[in-house]
Amino acid sequence: MAFRATVGAIGYTPRMSATAPPPAQSQAVISGLTRAQLHELYYWMRLTRSLEERLVNLYRQTKVIGGLFRSLGQEADAVGSAYALDRSKGDILSPLIRNLGSMLVQGATPLEVLRQYMAKAQSPTAGRELNIHFNDLTRGFIGQISHLGDMVPVMAGVALHFKMTKQPRVGLVYVGDGAMSTGAFHEGINFAAVQRLPLVVVSENNGYAYSTPMRVQTAVKSLADRAVAYGIPGVTADGNDVLEVYQVTRTAVDRARAGEGVTLIELMTYRRKGHAEHDNQSYVPPGEIEAWERNDPIDRYVRRLTESGWATVDELGALNARIEKELDAAIALCENEPLPDPDTALTDVYQDFPIEPHWYRGLDA
Amino acid sequence: MPEVTYLEALRQGLWEEMERDERVFILGEDVGAYGGAFKVTEGFQSRFGAGRVIDTPISEAAIVGAAAGAAHMGMRPVCEMQFIDFISCAYDMLTNYVATARYRANLATPIVVRGPSGGYVRGGPFHSQNPEAAFLHTPGLKIVCPATARDAKGLIKSAIRDDDPVLYFEHKYLYRRIKEDLPAGEEILTPIGQARIAREGKHLSVITWSAMVFKALDAAERLAREDGLEVEVLDLRSLLPMDDEAIAATVKKTNRVLIAHEDTRTGGVAGEITARINELAFEWLDAPVRRVCAHDVPLPYAPTLEDFVLPQVDDLVAACRWLARY
Repeated sequence: MAFRATVGAIGYTPRMSATAPPPAQSQAVISGLTRAQLHELYYWMRLTRSLEERLVNLYRQTKVIGGLFRSLGQEADAVGSAYALDRSKGDILSPLIRNLGSMLVQGATPLEVLRQYMAKAQSPTAGRELNIHFNDLTRGFIGQISHLGDMVPVMAGVALHFKMTKQPRVGLVYVGDGAMSTGAFHEGINFAAVQRLPLVVVSENNGYAYSTPMRVQTAVKSLADRAVAYGIPGVTADGNDVLEVYQVTRTAVDRARAGEGVTLIELMTYRRKGHAEHDNQSYVPPGEIEAWERNDPIDRYVRRLTESGWATVDELGALNARIEKELDAAIALCENEPLPDPDTALTDVYQDFPIEPHWYRGLDA
Repeated sequence: MPEVTYLEALRQGLWEEMERDERVFILGEDVGAYGGAFKVTEGFQSRFGAGRVIDTPISEAAIVGAAAGAAHMGMRPVCEMQFIDFISCAYDMLTNYVATARYRANLATPIVVRGPSGGYVRGGPFHSQNPEAAFLHTPGLKIVCPATARDAKGLIKSAIRDDDPVLYFEHKYLYRRIKEDLPAGEEILTPIGQARIAREGKHLSVITWSAMVFKALDAAERLAREDGLEVEVLDLRSLLPMDDEAIAATVKKTNRVLIAHEDTRTGGVAGEITARINELAFEWLDAPVRRVCAHDVPLPYAPTLEDFVLPQVDDLVAACRWLARY
């Protein structure tokens, strides 16, 4: 009975049964979150990790066409922060490459992500773009481009639209310790700050930008210190504690929605895999990864849930089983789908006319 | 009929679109209370409010990026670059983000980025540029370069209504030098992608755009008077998309072509037009296609230097005579 209510909540079908919700499910137990919501947080983190594990298998089978980017050990920062948004109000986020979890929370499906990585014709971008670079304004996510920092001005523009049209909606944009060195980041956050736009800037401090450690990236000790330069609040939180991430982001989201402007949040976490799957992490000092393995955000959250009595081992096991079943189904559905037809490559550059094939196409070779 | 300057025509076009469609808004440096460095948006903030005429920090990437974000959400932003030279600061945002958005992500980005371009005004290396070649190479962008007051108005209105991003390069030399009768109340919408014959002729063609159109017309006048040559002047108006039909038609009509532009020669737009003529109408040519362009140097400040580097009417006359003799 309790499990069924949880499933309903996770699927973004009605959060509660209209008739007789179990009392334990409807009461906030911590951070204003109900038991069912705490289970949702677990579900999204575990789904993120399991989906990436499936992608690793597909990558090794050469079914993933390009690179594979992991967020192992960073699931809490993506999921906890995105969960602080309100989808029913139309909030929009823009992820970076290690924020798969945030997109899942906003309603992106594993099937879409799998199709993207495998460049399928039916992928959200019809095979035109890679990995999690896709978007849906209705569900509330705008895919990044590879040029770090660029999404900060873009999301400032989305938030500007919210402000101009007096809608109580909030934008959230992710950057990392590397992206914060770009000019676009500075221009975007400064513009958003001076305009008091409803924007939350989440900086994932995961220690590395590709191979470059934070101490080579910037002279500041804390990325949140940068907030002073923009006249906005800056906070640092434990990025591997999903509840802390949720709480600190929720405060910033509420501030933004109340018209109080931008907040910069630094989430301390760690990138346990290389920049992409090919990267052997030769630059990482011995013992560092192992130390962070002991600070795994999912393990920590499982302990918290079970020790506090917010979830039973059986409940979590049922969620795990459900995730694996969902992923099995998604992979079975799309694994053998075709790639896009070549002649679809020339449309949608412009709204009003297609690009013509070159003159020598159609000649005898 | 009221006589309207090029700048006033542009202003009118912007004003009419702001009145017509509340999704249209302006953002840029000093565009609000001050009315813009060249006063293109003077009076706009008092009419439309600070919410729709937004003074920004000196942040071209943020101006274009924020415009893109707002455009995804259904707005119709018009970005002003204080001088078009500074559009290079937004090059990444335009070429990587904006230009690709529809194709890679099915995101409409109906923005206009406009600003004063061009030399002959003693502006030196950073207030005189013509950046069209830097963007012609980017699929997904449209580029327009009005020469007349009518097109200044008609192209800004069409650009704002276009569902794709449009770079609108106005020429500051023309701002207050060109005056035309534009009937009040007439809805002027110059179609993007269509060239205009600025002067009919049958002996040779000058293909050009923006302020160079007037130099070509002066040269054509002199050649008619002194040489009896009838020179056709084709004002492209749009560079992206380019009006191949009009280019082919003038080549087939006169069989001799000069391409004239104010920007430097190497990698300039004239090279692209030459290649198209080669593909479209090679067998119609009676002479090699030739170019008149700025010399390949940064544009210098001193009048003697600037005048030497930039194409002048004499250059066009000399080049046309060479082509006619060929």
